[in-house]
Amino acid sequence: MSFWNEKYECMSRDEMRKVQSERLIKTVNRVYNNVPTYRKKMDEKGILPGDIKSVDDLKHLPFTYKQDLRDTYPFGLFAVPMSEIVRIHASSGTTGKKTVVGYTKEDLEVWSEVIARTFTGAGLTKESFLQVSYGYGLFTGGLGAHYGGEKVGATVIPTSSGNTKLQLSLMQDFGTTHIACTPSYALYLAEEMEELGIKRSDLKLQAGIFGAEPWSESMRKEIEDRLKIKAIDIYGLSEVIGPGVACECEYQNGMHIPEDHFIPEIIDPDTEEVLPEGSKGEIVFTTVTKEGLPLIRYRTKDLSSLNYERCECGRTEVRMSKVTGRTDDMLIIRGVNVFPSQVESVLLSIGETAPHYMLVVDRKDNLDTLEIQVELSTAMFSDEVKKLEDIERKITKEVQSTLGISAKVRLVEPKSIQRSEGKAKRVIDKRVL
Amino acid sequence: MLVQQISVFLENKSGRLAEVTRTLASNNIDICALSIADTTDFGILRLIVNKPQDAEKALSDNGFTVSCTDVIAIAVEDKPGGLAFVLEILQDNAISIEYMYAFVGKTGNEAFVILRVENPEDALRTLTNCDIKIIPSEKIYCNVK
Repeated sequence: MSFWNEKYECMSRDEMRKVQSERLIKTVNRVYNNVPTYRKKMDEKGILPGDIKSVDDLKHLPFTYKQDLRDTYPFGLFAVPMSEIVRIHASSGTTGKKTVVGYTKEDLEVWSEVIARTFTGAGLTKESFLQVSYGYGLFTGGLGAHYGGEKVGATVIPTSSGNTKLQLSLMQDFGTTHIACTPSYALYLAEEMEELGIKRSDLKLQAGIFGAEPWSESMRKEIEDRLKIKAIDIYGLSEVIGPGVACECEYQNGMHIPEDHFIPEIIDPDTEEVLPEGSKGEIVFTTVTKEGLPLIRYRTKDLSSLNYERCECGRTEVRMSKVTGRTDDMLIIRGVNVFPSQVESVLLSIGETAPHYMLVVDRKDNLDTLEIQVELSTAMFSDEVKKLEDIERKITKEVQSTLGISAKVRLVEPKSIQRSEGKAKRVIDKRVL
Repeated sequence: MLVQQISVFLENKSGRLAEVTRTLASNNIDICALSIADTTDFGILRLIVNKPQDAEKALSDNGFTVSCTDVIAIAVEDKPGGLAFVLEILQDNAISIEYMYAFVGKTGNEAFVILRVENPEDALRTLTNCDIKIIPSEKIYCNVK
């Protein structure tokens, strides 16, 4: 069993708490002094940095929400001057403003470090060839995996996403041993291989590190069977750092969190109480080493649970379970975050009031599909086919440019979408995960 | 002189068309002519009925998306070239047809054609000037009798 940073990965729980406490105190001081939003939040709760003496006091600190990032768009939560920021990424969430994150040199170092740990846990070494098929750009997937792979010393092949035939031929020519991409893309690769007649023996692939979208144990089994590799689950969100917030080791039994950098808590999303070990609830992260954008008790809205038992691999780090859902209505479609409200604002642009609508998400040939059903109102109706088709086209185009994904728009009759008595049901997710 | 056509939005699912005709029947409305434009997902049913206002109300009361449009009804000779003659006139006068459909009247020697054009009043004038026989709404609505 190999570790990247044995000292921290296998630290006793007591030692870890000590490290976390020291770092938390520093972070709280930093945000209180440098970020007006945090100072205001803490003042409102009547908490001074001096009140935080150890990780036990974490629960007294106020939460941070995605909305806080939007309200201070683009750089308002940064805790260092822009001259210290060397990289910016942004999440796709476009319900309002994009969520912008900034990294100092040291932050990029931390990011590479946590990914190097996770990649090592997944079996990557200096001898490995890592093909990074996540998109490169504002999305954190590509560059995050890239830097982590280089940190380990593997040979990194930055193919980015798309161009599957080229990906497969490079995979054969260069002898790719590891691939980082979305799980659905892994299955797509498997299909293309069969289509093109590429035999498994033509590839040296050993393992894949898959994330950026929800996937199930059955999907893992399918990937492992078809590609004959080990499929490792990785978790991350750009607000916390990007990929590498948590990742499985080769025992594939929960995702290890580098707790000396990110302290997780599980809370009840309604009462906001911290829940005891093993309970299922919303996972909340506090970063304790980040300089550019430190986050205190960041509400991820992802549902998970924590397991503090020592893993078979020897690591003492806490493990989080696969994310089983969301506390809000966000959908992840082909790796893109989609909120029904985004679709609603597009629909508003075609009339004075947004018509009733339903998002139907499905997975066909291992790719997510989105159908937007829109109830046609009398005002929108025309006796000419081309005018109705114009409406469909307009919505399709707007959705594409707002959300960045293609959707099929289908006009339906009024009242044909089921009404609910409580919160409107906007989504039918048929994907079997 | 213009005829009122009722258009109904229909999703492509079974039973919807039957539902429309049932609604009309129970309101004692006669259908004189109909046409359906269909796409993969939806269709537009176009109807000429004897009581357009009643039909519009009955259908919208039953949850259908309905609109009422002015169309032109003309009579063409029921023989080869009958329709071609009319279409040539429209072409010569740069009147483009959004859509059209035909049905046979009770008298037998004329075919009725429903025309949907962008500017029906103008088209009506042109057609009248060219001696095309325009069927007034009263006659169309009574055609079934």
